[in-house]
Amino acid sequence: MNSHIPPWQMSLVARVALAVALLLAVGGVLVSVAAFAYGRQAAQDAYDRLLVGAANEIAASIAVEGTELLVDLPVSAFQLLALAPEDRIAYRVTGPAGELLTGYGDLPDPPDSPARSLDFYDATFSGEAARFAAVTRRFAERNVSGPVQVIVGQTLRARRALALEITQRALVVLAGAGVLMSLLAVFVVRSALRPLDRLAEAVARRDPYDLTPIAVPVPKETEAMVGALNGFMGRIDQQVRAMRGLISDTAHQLRTPVAALRAQADLAAGEPDGARRDAIVTRIHRRTLDLGHLLDQMLSRALVIHRGESVRRETVDLRDAALEVVEAGDVALTAPGVEIRLMIGERAVMVRGDLLSLTEAAKNLLGNAVKYGRAPVRVGASVEQGRAVLWVEDCGRGPSAALLERLGRRFAHDSVTRGEGSGLGLAIAAAVAQAYGGELVLEQVEAGFRAALILPLAEGLE
Amino acid sequence: MRILCVILCLLALPATAQEIRRSFGRQTATVRLLVRSTTDIEVFSPVIDAFLAVRPDLAVDYEQWGSNLLYDLTLSDCASGRRGADVVISSGVHQMVQLVNNACAAPHVSALTTALPAALRWRDELWGITREAAVIVYNRDLVPPEDVPLTRFDLLDLLRPTASPYAGKVATYDVESSGLGYLFAFSDAREATTFGALLESLGRTGAVATCCSAEIIDGVANGTYLIAYNVLGSYAQVAAQSDPRIGIVLPQDYTLVLSRALMIPKAAAHADQAEALLDFLLSAAGRAALSDVLLITALSDKAGAEDRPPLSETALRPIGLSPALIVALDQQKRAQFIRRWRENLSRGVRP
Repeated sequence: MNSHIPPWQMSLVARVALAVALLLAVGGVLVSVAAFAYGRQAAQDAYDRLLVGAANEIAASIAVEGTELLVDLPVSAFQLLALAPEDRIAYRVTGPAGELLTGYGDLPDPPDSPARSLDFYDATFSGEAARFAAVTRRFAERNVSGPVQVIVGQTLRARRALALEITQRALVVLAGAGVLMSLLAVFVVRSALRPLDRLAEAVARRDPYDLTPIAVPVPKETEAMVGALNGFMGRIDQQVRAMRGLISDTAHQLRTPVAALRAQADLAAGEPDGARRDAIVTRIHRRTLDLGHLLDQMLSRALVIHRGESVRRETVDLRDAALEVVEAGDVALTAPGVEIRLMIGERAVMVRGDLLSLTEAAKNLLGNAVKYGRAPVRVGASVEQGRAVLWVEDCGRGPSAALLERLGRRFAHDSVTRGEGSGLGLAIAAAVAQAYGGELVLEQVEAGFRAALILPLAEGLE
Repeated sequence: MRILCVILCLLALPATAQEIRRSFGRQTATVRLLVRSTTDIEVFSPVIDAFLAVRPDLAVDYEQWGSNLLYDLTLSDCASGRRGADVVISSGVHQMVQLVNNACAAPHVSALTTALPAALRWRDELWGITREAAVIVYNRDLVPPEDVPLTRFDLLDLLRPTASPYAGKVATYDVESSGLGYLFAFSDAREATTFGALLESLGRTGAVATCCSAEIIDGVANGTYLIAYNVLGSYAQVAAQSDPRIGIVLPQDYTLVLSRALMIPKAAAHADQAEALLDFLLSAAGRAALSDVLLITALSDKAGAEDRPPLSETALRPIGLSPALIVALDQQKRAQFIRRWRENLSRGVRP
């Protein structure tokens, strides 16, 4: 089955999988960056507090003795800093005049010269990146007055390790979420595509001659597709039906005249008398003409039905059809001398349909009018009560009500059964009218009898 | 080229600073590892021999230094970027921590170093290689068994009477000249309030502060001193093995446990071989060699041969390799501590 799919066509599952993968990748990168930034910040905050704690303890240990500042460095401050066990410790205490009291004399100063009470800064400590906190304690004694600055620094191993750990934990959670989302995506995609599978299965399981609409319930998104498929199958179904009907009609309708012809021919072959044989031949000739006429009409009907199914509908002006019928002059050949009038106005009469089919239908109606009605015959197109009408009128009284009803039944069904053309002509007209969403109406009017194709006006047009 | 460099480096050293120097291994060895240590050369030489048995391609030049001098030398080597020792081993672990804190050490990681407990390594640049106790040494002949101090409180009681026979007969390290003595005293001060009383008693009774383990132990053996406080147990045990007059007590209130620290200076010329020596010392063979010379002891108090209850594990106070030891070398802290010491103890007889 897949071999029918062109190789570059990506399956829906692959598309969704790719989309989910992309989403996860982009989201993963973003969240990873965020996690790392968060981890760094958290580690920074945590260890900055250690620095401040130690610096404060050292600042608190400074005492004034006479004119001297004594720093009794507390071990606890360094134990606090040793909570970052792998990091080197830098410290310095400077007096009010900036003189070194104790610690490393070569430590970098805080970047801000106006000594704030607390300051963090990054610098290097004997070649290694480090973070420093500067705490200032102000003395106001008799002998010693001014700021005493305590600087405590630490290298960054513990911070980096903590940041990495936080990031890693976040990434583990993230990876778990990613896996979960992937599984969910698989589940969602499968459940979303299940109706399609069901549809494919239903179509595959179908009898090849079954052209009824697909009844499997499908989601809204695929309704259009299924609708198109059903429409397509419906058209095929109609065509197949029409074809079958045509074939059986044709066989049925031709059997009787052909059998009669054969009987006449047999008669002629066995007739010794020349004069009577001539009469039989004349009859055979007439019968042949009728048969030809019948064949024409049947072909015309086949044409109409075929075009009704297959030809793309265009916007057609019914006045063109009327004009075409009158100007074709077919009637003039079969019934010379009959007066035919064209009755069309200024207004266009637009419908959706096929000009050829409509013309053919009108020709049949005209043929009937000329053959069975009384001159003058009028052919016209007009808009009546919001509908387009293509009509043929004669001045006769039309067929009797009983015949009219019978005729109506016939063309409503399949076709005439006898070799006379009127019923078939009406059947063609009715079929055309039906094909374009209208109807054939036969009625008595003031002037006589009218046969009309009543069709819906083309939308948006008058 | 390399040999030439080593020779030049050696020539550049102040020639008279070290106390004793001895060479191990063949003279033809291509690499001569320079080890500077505070450990007595007599104690440590079997360990070096054991190492050279494993690495016969090497030779070792061993220099024995006092801890303060070794610290000063290594610090100046570090500050000037001069190529000094390949390996530095010192009992003044606070000085070693300070050296590492000053970024003087090179890192090394191996399966053996990572197997060390956290208290015995710092930053993968400093490792504790031994296990030695700070002990009380006494003269068995001159101190009656009932007088033997098992705790610091016993020692205080001995010194309390005005006419105590132990007045002037108690010795301890001089904290100013001995880095190890300072470390022990500093740790005592941190450990318990006994230290203040002890300092006062020692001062009042005219105790003697002197510089070196060997001198103190000899003094106890020959009766110059009756009792010595805070002596490095390993040396005392070595002496006790050959001298029945020497008795040893692991103080039962608490016993400081020291791990000599080893570092590889950043500028070491033979860092690879230095790492090999470190890994050897941490290996089973190295630990066996260190145990043989009593640098690693079980601390079961068996060395004294007395029938005393074993020391409880909670009484052990290991001096861990921690950046907190930096406090010990702080200029002001050290000055204050020594002043306090000096106010109590006058400087004793010095050689």
